[in-house]
Amino acid sequence: MTSTIGLYVPGSSVLHRLPAGTKLLAMVAVGVLSVFLDRPWQVAAALAAVLAGYPVAGLPVRVALGQLRPLVWILGFTAVFHVVVNGWERAGVVVGVLAALVLLASLVTLTTRTTDLVDAVVTGCRPLRVLRVDPERIGLLIALGIRCVPVVAGLAEEVRDAQLARGLGASPRAFAVPLIVRSLRHADALGEALTARGLDD
Amino acid sequence: MPVIEAVGVSHRYGERTVLSEVTVRLEEQRVGVVGANGSGKSTFARLLNGLVLPSAGRVTVDGLDTRSQGREVRRRVGFCFTDPDAQIVMPTVAEDVAFGLRRRGMAKADARSRVEKTLVAYGLGGYQDHPAHLLSGGQKQMLALASVLVTEPALLVMDEPTTLLDLRNAQLVARVVAGLPQQVLLVTHHLDLLDGFDRVLVFDEGRLVLDDAPAAAVRHYRTLMT
Ligand SMILES: Nc1ncnc2c1ncn2[C@@H]1O[C@H](COP(=O)(O)OP(=O)(O)O)[C@@H](O)[C@H]1O
Ligand SMILES: [Mg+2]
Repeated sequence: MTSTIGLYVPGSSVLHRLPAGTKLLAMVAVGVLSVFLDRPWQVAAALAAVLAGYPVAGLPVRVALGQLRPLVWILGFTAVFHVVVNGWERAGVVVGVLAALVLLASLVTLTTRTTDLVDAVVTGCRPLRVLRVDPERIGLLIALGIRCVPVVAGLAEEVRDAQLARGLGASPRAFAVPLIVRSLRHADALGEALTARGLDD
Repeated sequence: MPVIEAVGVSHRYGERTVLSEVTVRLEEQRVGVVGANGSGKSTFARLLNGLVLPSAGRVTVDGLDTRSQGREVRRRVGFCFTDPDAQIVMPTVAEDVAFGLRRRGMAKADARSRVEKTLVAYGLGGYQDHPAHLLSGGQKQMLALASVLVTEPALLVMDEPTTLLDLRNAQLVARVVAGLPQQVLLVTHHLDLLDGFDRVLVFDEGRLVLDDAPAAAVRHYRTLMT
């Protein structure tokens, strides 16, 4: 079915052992600082640094490239757009920064258990309690979101197979409508399961 | 064993009555439920943990009313659905098993050792960090089962847990269920799973039409279906 993009790969590297909160904060900090990168050599250095993190985490560079695969179209489109509008250098910088950030985010999720990530987010969201936001709920939403990605991808695959089996072409509507119906049905069942498993207890 | 009691229970979805006047008291360790599609089996099963509240009558488990004491009831009653994909709520195996424990306020470290033991017990040892979506259908159902049983419910309600499985995995699940110390109420179309059960209920068009030993109940069910 779907590849395991960004899903935790067990290990005992330095990156695995760093606290989830630290990794998240570092990621946010790098994201903010990345807007200051505007020279190709700076971007190349950033990319190299992030890529170097993969072997440090015990992950082959092949895994890193796999993280970019789903974004090939977006990266390609962005590249073409910037080449036309702003020229080669700018295109390289923008695409390079984008790729580096995606690789960094993946590196974090590949080396951190979802529960640890979620716990870190929950801790980080504590101040939101004054706004009557329940940090636990935010954490749960994130975990559910991650869990739903492969499920919905599986549903999409089933719908597409059914479409092909009935000889329907690639009609977007014939695809979207049953997918939405199935996703809603799944959401309904998931809600039931959450109640049964003690969500509100 | 817990005591399940339904008294004059009816259920309507809008105008449609899908369960009518069900009165039954169940305290055996193994109770089966059979009936045609749409006969009200799932509705009955969902009444037992308060997922569905009766339109009329009342349902209690050990004297706890599902309407007013839903939370206490759900702590005693584990529920296993047909489709494990809808029941597995966390991205990885160990996280999913830990979910129920964490919801009940168990500390992370305590949960961890309990989770590990449970995974081994259900044939998922070594799969802790495995993404749930990469498990086989049979493994997913075992995970769903492990995640429910780790909280040690006194009653386990299962709604067609083997319907989506192949024969081999269905038998695997059946073997695990057979060995459970708790009370089990099993809704199923796999009639051989009911061998050795204490009691089997037959539903037809929303009514409880027979309540007997497995052999007699299955015989009656077969005549209904022809
Ligand atoms: N949420 C619902 N809304 C409306 N009708 C429902 C709902 N759930 C079940 N039903 C209807 O109630 C009847 C009994 O369903 P169910 O208890 O699922 O039967 P079974 O499990 O024996 O197949 C069916 O006719 C079904 O269509
Ligand atoms: Mg059903």
